[in-house]
Amino acid sequence: MNGWDRFADSFLNARVAAEYTPKIIEGLWLTLALAGCIIAAGVLAGLALAVLRAMGLRPVNWVIIFAVDLFRALPPLVIIVLLYFGLPAAGIAMSGFIAAWLALALVLMAFAEEIFWAGITAIPTGQWEASRSLGLGFIVTFGLIILPQALRMVIPPLVNRTIAITKGTALASVVAVPEILGAAQAGVSFSFNPTPLTLGAVAYLVLFLPVVVAGRWVEQYYRVRR
Amino acid sequence: MSEFADAFFNIPILLEAWPILLQGLGQTLLLSAVVVPLGLLGGLILALLSTMPSRWVRWPLMAWVDVFRALPPLVLLVFVYAGLPFAGLEVSAFAAVAIGFFLNTGAYYGEILRAGIASVPAGQSEAARSMGLGRWQTMGLVVLPQAVRNVLPDLISNTLEVVKLTSIAAVVAMPELLFQARQAQSVTFNATPIMAAAVAYFILLWPVVRLLSRLENRQLARRT
Repeated sequence: MNGWDRFADSFLNARVAAEYTPKIIEGLWLTLALAGCIIAAGVLAGLALAVLRAMGLRPVNWVIIFAVDLFRALPPLVIIVLLYFGLPAAGIAMSGFIAAWLALALVLMAFAEEIFWAGITAIPTGQWEASRSLGLGFIVTFGLIILPQALRMVIPPLVNRTIAITKGTALASVVAVPEILGAAQAGVSFSFNPTPLTLGAVAYLVLFLPVVVAGRWVEQYYRVRR
Repeated sequence: MSEFADAFFNIPILLEAWPILLQGLGQTLLLSAVVVPLGLLGGLILALLSTMPSRWVRWPLMAWVDVFRALPPLVLLVFVYAGLPFAGLEVSAFAAVAIGFFLNTGAYYGEILRAGIASVPAGQSEAARSMGLGRWQTMGLVVLPQAVRNVLPDLISNTLEVVKLTSIAAVVAMPELLFQARQAQSVTFNATPIMAAAVAYFILLWPVVRLLSRLENRQLARRT
């Protein structure tokens, strides 16, 4: 067997691939479900915090700023480990899926809040003043004038940040969630062949490469329009 | 409440785990000091190559960057660490982390530096060239300094992410802060070491997060 044959036999083994492809595809669905839950919860919570912060209640804003700083500074894996291995000591046990979801949703919430907030503060005060002088109240002004303009402005950074954090779903393999990486690692230890890892890498590329390319496109599209 | 304090903020356990945690913190700092310059170097190479006019250079480069931005870093790390031995290449945990980070963070730094170089008006390099500066002098002395200044917040933000990311080295049993905290937890049956690690990360990185918030706000204020 020459070098290439040995390489192919290890990393592109058809027999092993056939055996473990269904497992990887199952993992793919789980990754998608986890990512969907993280994006929904994280972006909504981030938006809610940004809106709350716009109300301008001092003590509330301090709490928000601290929470945002906290989840921007802590590595996601540390939060996952703390939730999954630490919290049972306080009598709170959760599944790996829930721990990974909660940790990454909190991280996304923090980054999304920062991005939404930056968008809201970037709207010129003239917009506020014009709207208020037309007799619109705070909530109407904020909801119909400020927020729509802010949302449009924050789409490119929000998309990129969401992609980056969603890739963190691979961290769930550390707490025994059989998502793509978890399924691939299990496959490697059963078959004693790294082909499942190759399949896993391909699965991630299938999932994220279109998103990364789309993110690049979104950035370009919005830059041209600005 | 005291039960909670016993489980998460237990002083005797903290004192017991202290030497191990400190060792882990040292490893995390050392690892960061290795992978950040490595990633910057990779990014600089990618960004410089992307200034080439030929599309036969730029398109494969873009594909390279997108592939390594699409792969989760942990997947890359596991692939290098658990996969390469099957190809006859035995790699240590440290080497696996270095290779994985070089590929992943290099792609991110590359994108940022590329955007920075693109943000410097063409007149700058034209003027430098017409003053008699060579191609490399123009890039190194005129374009790059301005490019770096333009994307400084992004560079710092990415560096923060890289330092946070070093925690995944725990998965390949590198004795950095998170790994040592887990070890200490499994010996003491107490969550205090993990809490201490989290606090250490926060103290280490909070100033960077604050600085970033400031820089981002200032950048935004300048644009509007």
